[in-house]
Amino acid sequence: MALSLSPGINEEIRRHGAETYPNECCGALYGGDGVVTASFALPNTTEEGPRRRFLVRPQDYREAERRATELRAELLGFYHSHPDHPARPSQYDLDHAWPFFSYIIVSVRGGTPEDMTSWRLRDDRSTFDPEDLVVTEHA
Amino acid sequence: MPNTIHIPTPLRPFTDKHESVEVNGATVGELLADLTKRYDGLRKHLYSDDGKLRNFVNVYLNDEDIRYLQREQTPVKAGDSLSIVPSVAGGAPTSAEATVGNPPAINPRAIADLPTLSQDEIKRYSRHLIMPEVGMDGQRKLKAGSVLCIGAGGLGSPAAMYLAAAGIGRIGIVDFDVVDFSNLQRQLLHGTKDVGRTKNESAKSRLNDLNPHVQVDTYETALSSQNALQLFRDYDVILDGTDNFPTRYLVNDACVLTGKPNAYGSIFRFEGQASVFATAGGPCYRCLYPEPPPPGLVPSCAEGGVLGVLPGIIGVIQATETVKLILGIGEPLIGRFMIYDALRMRFRELKLRKDPECPVCGTNPTVTKLIDYEQFCGLRPEPQQAQTTGAAVNDWEITPVDLKKKMDAGETPFVLDVREPNEYQINKIAGSTLIPLGELPRRYQELPRDREIVTQCKMGGRSAKAQEFLKSVGFTNVKNLRGGILEWIDKVDPSQPKY
Repeated sequence: MALSLSPGINEEIRRHGAETYPNECCGALYGGDGVVTASFALPNTTEEGPRRRFLVRPQDYREAERRATELRAELLGFYHSHPDHPARPSQYDLDHAWPFFSYIIVSVRGGTPEDMTSWRLRDDRSTFDPEDLVVTEHA
Repeated sequence: MPNTIHIPTPLRPFTDKHESVEVNGATVGELLADLTKRYDGLRKHLYSDDGKLRNFVNVYLNDEDIRYLQREQTPVKAGDSLSIVPSVAGGAPTSAEATVGNPPAINPRAIADLPTLSQDEIKRYSRHLIMPEVGMDGQRKLKAGSVLCIGAGGLGSPAAMYLAAAGIGRIGIVDFDVVDFSNLQRQLLHGTKDVGRTKNESAKSRLNDLNPHVQVDTYETALSSQNALQLFRDYDVILDGTDNFPTRYLVNDACVLTGKPNAYGSIFRFEGQASVFATAGGPCYRCLYPEPPPPGLVPSCAEGGVLGVLPGIIGVIQATETVKLILGIGEPLIGRFMIYDALRMRFRELKLRKDPECPVCGTNPTVTKLIDYEQFCGLRPEPQQAQTTGAAVNDWEITPVDLKKKMDAGETPFVLDVREPNEYQINKIAGSTLIPLGELPRRYQELPRDREIVTQCKMGGRSAKAQEFLKSVGFTNVKNLRGGILEWIDKVDPSQPKY
């Protein structure tokens, strides 16, 4: 399983992570057949401290699904940043994960985006499995 | 007549790709039960193992969240529709919280990537290894772990020694002090032979002697807003062993900003405090104390004294919490504030909450980078010139040398010593009058209004408070003796003992 991104979307996600540092950013991913064709930044509404948590509220989630219909694309998943932490899912990520979504994590250290990885929840909810993240060349 | 349930994208693979499903029942709970009966794969994503709806699963009846209705007991009528709406949440791991997921090599905490133990180490740590809560994997986690001790004094001593003995792989020490005789009553990292050495050197040799497998990195510098973030980034846990408010706030804020847990401890006279601050979702020091106390109100250990055995207890609590955080076991001291009273031999525990209004870890933080903590704590900046020339450069303080000159010239400033009587017994400026700071508000009438008054204490903190008080009650000619009796002894009268 692999997820591919255009260089533009790759940049957008990284920039969003850098802009919100030291807080976490989050956003939705759209596309189909393993290709992300659009990303959309969402507000981080967590009340548990945005430096280490993010939350997309139900109303924003509904909006994200509506946007998918408009774009005639599928909602493929979400991205978020880990400020000063590795691009690996936390136990908290696992506890709150939805099946079939791709979860892209970008590690932002000292304000500079570094590693970016993508993950999918295993069907029995026991863990995440990594999925290859491919940044496509310019067309 | 069936009702409709709208299915969100990630659950549609379980409903044969249907965006909505027709179900039967009289309540929300019954509709959901019918849904999971037909599509069993949904169950584990909607419900936790104890059969409750997961907290990130939102169910709306028409446009109302069922949490604000009668939850799963909410009755449904013909034509009502249900929507399952995800909350999408996540976040970075804390060091107490393991990361999950398979391979990627970068994870320092993946068991396979942890350092192995040598034969020598296995022998050394055998009492850990036979406990399942630690075991081989736990001991390897400790070896992979790193702790930065701020200060190698009263708290840093027992904490660093136990952490080294327990097999923490890397211990950093930030200190710029030199071992003094007055440290030896409680700072067990240092011995009599170490007096005059830097605390860093002394600590390093003691820790290496305790456990040569530990890497000890020392930083001969004062922790500052300029270096704290960079120093903290390389460590898993920060152990706060500081003895002053500016550094305490600096450590707290830098922990929040770098996402590092703060194993906090402090001591004064017979009382100690400990907690774990700045973990994900947990409170920080500022949630408890948003603002520092006015300068001079709370004396330091150097001024108020401390029972020598007290830091042993508190420092070891800090070390215990650090080890638990790295192992990921037990109940950490998060959201709890431990107070220890050595005289009554009692522990008390206060509940602490994360303050959503906290200026540094709250929802809308106003402190997003490190600030000037001396200024924040209301301490007057020491003028540069005064340090080099020894001359007083303002009209609110006087140096010991200038005071001596005045006395020698026949002027008779009234020297007001605001220390405690037991301190006055150790040393004093000849001709000074003792009124302890606490008694000043009811005794200031005893002071002459027509003479220059010089306030004095041990180091200049309490006397600055006294000076401020006297000005507030109308005294105009009051100066604070810079550096207190200690600087007086250094510069003017070395015959007296220091404490």
